[in-house]
Amino acid sequence: MEVFVVSLLNGLVYGMLLFMLASGLTLIFSMMGVLNFAHASVYMLGAYFAYTISLYLGFWPALILAPILCGLLGAAIEMYGLRQVHRHGHIPELLFTFGLALIIEKVVQMTWGMVAVPYRIPDGLDFSLFTIYGTQFPAYRAFMLLISALMFAAIWLGLTRTRIGLIIQASLTHPDMVGALGHNVPRVFTIVFAAGTALAGLAGVIGGNYRVTEPGMAFSMGPIVFVVVVFGGLGSLTGCFIASIIMGLIQTFAVVLDYSLADLLELVGIVVTKATPGAEFLTVSLPRIGALLPFILLVLILVLRPRGLMGTRDT
Amino acid sequence: MRFGRTIISAVAAGFVAVAALAAQAQAQPTIKIAYTDPLSGPFAQTGDSNLKQMQYVIDYINAKGGALGRKFELVPFDNKSQPSDALIALKNATDQNMPFIMQCSGSNIAAALIEGVNKHNDRNPDNRIIYLNCGAVATELTNEQCSFWHFRFDLNVAQKAEVMVKALPKSTTKVYLLNQDYLFGQSVQRDVKKFLAKNRPDIQVVGDELIPLGKVQDFSPYITKIKASGAQALLTANWGPDMNLLIKAGIESGIDLAYYTFYAHLTGGATAIGPGGEGKVRSVMSFGENVAPAIGNAEAEAFTKGFRAKHNFDFAGAVYRTIFEHVAAAINKAGSVDPTKIAFAMEDQKMKDFLGYDTWMRKDDHQIMSAYYVGVFKKGVKYDAEGTGLGWEVAATILEPDVVQPTTCKMKRPRS
Repeated sequence: MEVFVVSLLNGLVYGMLLFMLASGLTLIFSMMGVLNFAHASVYMLGAYFAYTISLYLGFWPALILAPILCGLLGAAIEMYGLRQVHRHGHIPELLFTFGLALIIEKVVQMTWGMVAVPYRIPDGLDFSLFTIYGTQFPAYRAFMLLISALMFAAIWLGLTRTRIGLIIQASLTHPDMVGALGHNVPRVFTIVFAAGTALAGLAGVIGGNYRVTEPGMAFSMGPIVFVVVVFGGLGSLTGCFIASIIMGLIQTFAVVLDYSLADLLELVGIVVTKATPGAEFLTVSLPRIGALLPFILLVLILVLRPRGLMGTRDT
Repeated sequence: MRFGRTIISAVAAGFVAVAALAAQAQAQPTIKIAYTDPLSGPFAQTGDSNLKQMQYVIDYINAKGGALGRKFELVPFDNKSQPSDALIALKNATDQNMPFIMQCSGSNIAAALIEGVNKHNDRNPDNRIIYLNCGAVATELTNEQCSFWHFRFDLNVAQKAEVMVKALPKSTTKVYLLNQDYLFGQSVQRDVKKFLAKNRPDIQVVGDELIPLGKVQDFSPYITKIKASGAQALLTANWGPDMNLLIKAGIESGIDLAYYTFYAHLTGGATAIGPGGEGKVRSVMSFGENVAPAIGNAEAEAFTKGFRAKHNFDFAGAVYRTIFEHVAAAINKAGSVDPTKIAFAMEDQKMKDFLGYDTWMRKDDHQIMSAYYVGVFKKGVKYDAEGTGLGWEVAATILEPDVVQPTTCKMKRPRS
């Protein structure tokens, strides 16, 4: 029970961090059809910006300023980069963002160095909120949960309840018609891209000091975020949210559940010994492959339901 | 006018100086050492900091005269943590007739390099190469896989494991093992268990875990599990993000646990652990900047201080000096840069390291025997780590005779 409750909390926190990253990506992906490889790199930039700003102004201004900087960068990337590449189709767009990711990583290494920077949790949040079965629950995690919940609400309300959300959704399906009505469709796309990168920046500000701010952080976070977006389904914020939580919980519980296929077979009366064919494979315990489970799920969902959990169109 | 003439004569003098230097360099070609480690990608910081530390050591050795009056030159090759790329580096090195190739991180890469070097040296007796291993520590590499051409200058996993087990206090009775799921991590797992059973039968292993290398993003669930197991100490050989995130998660959760690591003292570790880890984290290390002041060796302290003045990170790799001192001594003894002669000269070579402790390159398996240290992360040390205000205080020093372990190596030596 103790392990279950603590793991549930851990899984939720991790899932929400994933959602913060994935929401921006799914916004861009579903609205513009651009699979932005540089998304996790902007997450990294957000963390580094926040670190530098917090050296001079403190954490709270960084929480506002770093995402804005990332958003401006995103707008510039869209206006001067993506828009030019866009007319050549999706593959050049993909390659463009891929190249961008490599460039950003190198720039970060050259600016801030190869070594992790000491970006720490602000003193005001560096205490334990409550103790559950002897394990402290840091206040910062609660803060992360709060921010990501606010983020979810803001995006959802923005897209479905406001006029700009209406125009964004219309631009997606009927760009010519929206243009004919006098709206500047390219600008709408710029805004969407900027908003998406700003969200990634925000995730960086929050995630950078929860984890470690170092040049490898984009690379380590990138693949899992793609899994969440594809698993959740294109064009669905709710799908993305659910997928994030599922991924968070799966990875957390996989660690705690010390079972293997052999244990499963034992339940039906088959005892696996060293002589059994494939014993090596059957006795691999769940924690050893826990971190790979999301990728297995990705393959499964692409085979069984290509549009993802709650997707509205095919990938 | 006079000014112009001054410039012209200055330039002319410059040319003459450069020409003279070039002539000298031609007369005395450098001894090239290919160095291959990840210089890009997620583990780039490891390779990059190694490279800078080695360059500092080489500059020092060169200033002292190098070997046979020739200077050493380090030629870096990026291997992106891939064995295949390390083999390309090896090919490059042998194409340019370099007598040495050096590699520090990744036992899987080391295993591939040993094979590659063995094959190359068998086929090209007139263009051989020596592999200097500066940190790939899987025990197998000097046991089953041992090679005449491979010299290891760091203690192997079994030796480090024994040091770690000896460092456990009497009050510890329950330990948890957590390692990365590949050749190195599995090697640690096996050896730590072996030495626990041998040296500390009173200790119970309450958890034994392997995690996928570099894939885990959130270590809190592992901490939950460790806490539930009732362990007093966590023994881990994780490195890079896998170690930093693990210890960070543990300290944040506030559980009462002692951390015994192989790599917490390396680049990035102190920053990730932070002030919360005071007195909780221990590391088995080949060197620490507080070793020299602790034994009052002013010369060694000046040597490490010089590095700090140049670079803004810790000089954990000062013992690379042992490698180059052994190599230089062997070259001088052999009287040539022929790799075969150097390899024979290096066997059973005994020297004092720069701290004054004995080192021995054992003939049987080409494994170095040298002093080793256990550091504890503390406030108030003379040299702090990564500007955190905390640093690695020397908690124990294990001397050369105490790290010697038997080997199963059956060395095949070339006839000439």
